Amino acid sequence: MSRRNLLRGAALGAGAVALPSLLTACSSGPGGDGKTIKLGSNSSDAVPEKAFASAFAAYEKQSKEGRKIKVNTVDHNSFQENINRYLQSDPDEVFMWFAGNRMQYFAKKGLLYDISDLWQDYKGFSPALKAQSTGADGKQYFTPYYYYPWAVFHRKSLFTKYGYEAPKTLDAYIALAKQMKKDKLVPIGFCDKDGWPAMGTFDYINMRTNGYDFHKSLMAGEEAWTDKRVKDVFDTWRRLLPYCQPGANGRTWQETGQSLQKREIGMVVLGMPHPGQQFPAAERSDIDFFAFPEINPEHGQDAVEAPIDGFLLAKKSKELKNKKSMESAKDLLRWLATPKAEDVYLAGDPNNIAVNSGADLSKYTALQKKSAELIAGAKQISQFMDRDTRPDFASTVMIPAIQKFISTPNDVDGLCNDIERQKKTIFASE
Amino acid sequence: MALNTARRSARRGRRRFTRRDLVVLGLLLGIPVLLDIAIVWGPTLASVVLSFTSWDGVGSIKWVGTQNYANLFTNYPPFWPAVRHNLLWLGFLGLVAVPFGLLLAVLIDRGVRFSRFYQSTLYMPVVLSLAVVGFIAQLIFSRDQGVLNAVIGNTKNPVDWLGDPRLNIWMILLAAAWRHTGYVMILYLAGLKAVDPSLKEAAAIDGASEAQTFFRVVFPTLRPVNVIVGVITVIESLRAFDIVYAVNHGRNGLEVLSVLVTDNIIGEASRIGFGSAIAVVLLAVSMGFVVTYLVQEIRGEKSR
Repeated sequence: MSRRNLLRGAALGAGAVALPSLLTACSSGPGGDGKTIKLGSNSSDAVPEKAFASAFAAYEKQSKEGRKIKVNTVDHNSFQENINRYLQSDPDEVFMWFAGNRMQYFAKKGLLYDISDLWQDYKGFSPALKAQSTGADGKQYFTPYYYYPWAVFHRKSLFTKYGYEAPKTLDAYIALAKQMKKDKLVPIGFCDKDGWPAMGTFDYINMRTNGYDFHKSLMAGEEAWTDKRVKDVFDTWRRLLPYCQPGANGRTWQETGQSLQKREIGMVVLGMPHPGQQFPAAERSDIDFFAFPEINPEHGQDAVEAPIDGFLLAKKSKELKNKKSMESAKDLLRWLATPKAEDVYLAGDPNNIAVNSGADLSKYTALQKKSAELIAGAKQISQFMDRDTRPDFASTVMIPAIQKFISTPNDVDGLCNDIERQKKTIFASE
Repeated sequence: MALNTARRSARRGRRRFTRRDLVVLGLLLGIPVLLDIAIVWGPTLASVVLSFTSWDGVGSIKWVGTQNYANLFTNYPPFWPAVRHNLLWLGFLGLVAVPFGLLLAVLIDRGVRFSRFYQSTLYMPVVLSLAVVGFIAQLIFSRDQGVLNAVIGNTKNPVDWLGDPRLNIWMILLAAAWRHTGYVMILYLAGLKAVDPSLKEAAAIDGASEAQTFFRVVFPTLRPVNVIVGVITVIESLRAFDIVYAVNHGRNGLEVLSVLVTDNIIGEASRIGFGSAIAVVLLAVSMGFVVTYLVQEIRGEKSR
């Protein structure tokens, strides 16, 4: 290796680091017969991918016009990381994405197709669902498909063995945790290596303490993070930390799911698919949950955190300029909004529940039934911190902030000041 | 620099080169220069320009002046830790991995028993990508399921090697040094093989001890290798990325500049203006090293 080569290497290295991803994807020209619908999918995990395949096959079968779906599956994380560029270059006509702020963000940028006309015919969706499918301009952009609740999960058999009871209030929750500690269990499973799992706990403590409306406006950047109400959330959380699994920042949600399965931890705040995927099929009926306990009686257990996934039309898709293709894409959405379409999917993926009230509940597992009841009884449905606020704020500010809180929980004031200052600059940039 | 050379050869070419030679030369030099401008300097300049905007990758580009930089230095908690970690990386590789690699090279060069075996064993990690080293590090250092805690037998209160922000950077540095040491060792080994044995003999005859022979005679002849090792070490520490990204996406104690750049630019965040500002800082730091090195080399060549 000569010195000159090394120099060149150095220059290239510097350039490569500075090189932003300016290389946009090449796009292929329009074409097709207007009957083949291209669909961008982020369902790269085995179970959902198969379940979606059967749902799409069912659509093709019932289509009288002979419409076909061509699915482009992209790895879940890559899909998320590239969504910006994807929607701007030459996206598929229909794509999978999330409800709430994460949808509204792109609607505001003019990258989504208004489907309010379809919504006039949709049946079986609650007002909360409609709200989550609506952009800031009052128009609908999103067709919901399924969702799953966040709650405190545990093993039924473990609770029976020790005679534990699901706590209703925070004090009962802490008393239960104390008892578990005496029984040589780690009371509350905890993980945040991936950056997002601990957000669920924050959201719940916040909504139970300050209510759903405060959660909404805090996430929208309208409340100050230095507010006493936010500090209360962190203070309550700190009371729980002694009962939480230590070393959360070094643990993935899969590892915590496995700890629950191995009966090392007593309970854990996660979403329904998370423990579900870590339990062998034979033990899945042993998973149970209770709603996150009440903190402030004024808000009780009103709100449930239940992220919604669904389908949208991409405005920049060249195909959609073609009337026939547009009709096909809309036809697909219309079908996906039916209870039948959800039944087909859920038959293959029992870790979620249908959004449509007309869906067939008879095939639900006990856990799914309980989840459906939990959500049906909720006065408000929140998404998740990273879906309820701006993506740039959630990923560049909140992930490091919560991880910092976990490793050094004592400086709440400093932490809240840090968040607030960054929030101001980020929300100001528009 | 390349342009200068082209012009000079063209001037001389009037006397010596045929038209065809000129065309060939023009193509051979012109294409790389164009490529260099298009895919290295173009994006670099674009980053510098974008760092003064608040572009989010979708809408129109809005100028914000130096606001991104002000924001970066005063209002972005991961920034200073990232700078510190990059420097720590440089220090650790330069002061621990490099001398250790040199020591191993000297030992193997002196022909300890099984030296071939050691040589290949120590070189083995170098063929791995740092991302793979990151995955291996997780298998070893993971708190609940890692090998290290199992070997220590500390299951009651295991050490959180990768989750504790005071510890994890050192574990990652160890893993990075594990790879870097082998790299450095091979380079020095090649250099040592090239040292004329008569030099050592002469020193021995003059009554120099082993240590004196090494530091006064052998080491100075290794100057070209030292330069290479130095440059490699700087590059490795500034581009540190894959290993921390594999471990925890460069968060919670493992922040480095390159991760902050990607965190802000790729992903849904798309703070392209802000991310570019971080990239420019990294560029400036790298340029500092590159220019220092170039100046020294050019001076050295003149005096030689």
